[in-house]
Amino acid sequence: MSIRGKAAIVGAFEHPLREIPHLSLPQVHAEVARGALADAGLSFGDVDAYFCAGDAPGFGGLSMADYLGLELKALESTETGGSSYLFHVGHAAALIAAGKCSVALITMAGKPRTGGAGPGGSGGIGGSPEGPWENWWGITVPGAYALAAQRHMYEYGTTSAQLAEIKVAASLHAQHNPNAFLPDAVTVEEVLESPMVADPLHRLDCCVITDGGGAVVLVNEEIARSIGNGRAVKVLGHGEAVKHSDRGRIDLTYTPARWSGPRAFEEAGVTPADIDYASIYDSFTITVLETIEDLGFCEKGEGGRFVSDGGLVAPHGRLPFNTDGGGLCNNHPGNRGGMTKILEAVRQVRGEAHPAVQVPDCRLALAHGTGGNLATRTAAATLILGSEDA
Amino acid sequence: MSNLPVHAPRVTPETKPFWDGTAESKLVLPHCNACGFVIWYPRGFCPECFATDVRWEEASGRGTIYSFSITRKGRGEFREAGTYVLAYVELEEGPRVLTNIVDCDPDSLSVGQAVRVVFDDTGQGTALYRFTPA
Repeated sequence: MSIRGKAAIVGAFEHPLREIPHLSLPQVHAEVARGALADAGLSFGDVDAYFCAGDAPGFGGLSMADYLGLELKALESTETGGSSYLFHVGHAAALIAAGKCSVALITMAGKPRTGGAGPGGSGGIGGSPEGPWENWWGITVPGAYALAAQRHMYEYGTTSAQLAEIKVAASLHAQHNPNAFLPDAVTVEEVLESPMVADPLHRLDCCVITDGGGAVVLVNEEIARSIGNGRAVKVLGHGEAVKHSDRGRIDLTYTPARWSGPRAFEEAGVTPADIDYASIYDSFTITVLETIEDLGFCEKGEGGRFVSDGGLVAPHGRLPFNTDGGGLCNNHPGNRGGMTKILEAVRQVRGEAHPAVQVPDCRLALAHGTGGNLATRTAAATLILGSEDA
Repeated sequence: MSNLPVHAPRVTPETKPFWDGTAESKLVLPHCNACGFVIWYPRGFCPECFATDVRWEEASGRGTIYSFSITRKGRGEFREAGTYVLAYVELEEGPRVLTNIVDCDPDSLSVGQAVRVVFDDTGQGTALYRFTPA
């Protein structure tokens, strides 16, 4: 059974703020839920399935279902860090295709700026089996991703200037986004001159840290047709994969996108060459570079050349990416960039991205999430989204 | 002893043979008696073939740098540590181990460089394994 075309995203909402001191975490979840349902023309009473990840407070989905007053046939709380919400879209589409539910709400929210939780992901790994082997060497999130960058540079000759091109492209897009946390365009030189955080990664190789959140609503084909506003975005394919430390033989030069990507493309019946726009998880510039290679947009090791010379710049680059400014410039709410990847892909397919970065006739978009840590264990999900005629 | 923070690890029955070794400045690795795999991180079964027949054997303590990063700003216990080197070292026996490179000029390090193990005593019957240029 395939989920191809069985479910559609009909509601999408990104919280406009990047600092939210006046709202509690559950309130931000509720606000984005309200926003996505309003976008769909639906109400809380229509929702029969709810999805959330580790950013949901309390008992996760159960606490949130209670708080929101949802009457549910399905509840799911897959937690894979920043990629969780792309897992959720795939799982929601499968449940919808199986007839288990018909209106699925997915929410995320985080307050690392004003909520007390620090940067660098979420959740403690104190009781985890891997903890003693990773915790006591001063591992930081930038330090860990720098390990991946260093090895990629060693094996393939990738340069800091090539990584900087990714930030530059994101910043060129962010200048058109009035809500972007970093709204100014930067140059390769400015990235290279920004302070070193963990060699070889500079400060501007890192994503922003923002409060925020987002939500999407998926429905079955019949409801999508009945809404009939021409803004439904079909879920055409989904793939997910886990890459871990490989029994102590970790290879830092690739991500699980090398497995999730082909699974999603196969289900959608398309190839990388067919993709008009891509939301690529961008916790760091190196995350984008490795992911683009792994998804098959170029050969392994060729990512540096692929992203150079405006390769990622919308609307006319080789692969227009992250046209909202991405996590690198716009928003990385709660240290989790997956939801915002879905939201900009939805805008592109709807033709509702900023006119300066809207890809003409965008019929097929890819959204990719990377959760966990590139240097230890990572869970990735790839979605292929399409217009109603795709 | 390096000048980095030394946190006593949580020792469980499953990992005690490894940590007991560190107290004697030995890197003792679990080997699978069924398939010969050298297991990392240490655990009481083989994640390659799922056998539970594991023996513990001292490693050479030699390896090479698989990758490294020079961290300028640590967190938690490392907040005041200044600049330090986080690295994966590939042991002669095969595993790639997350660790620090200590007693070195960080700017002089390179991927592939030979290193050897050193131990930082936690004062609680264990020691943290770190590496230094060979």
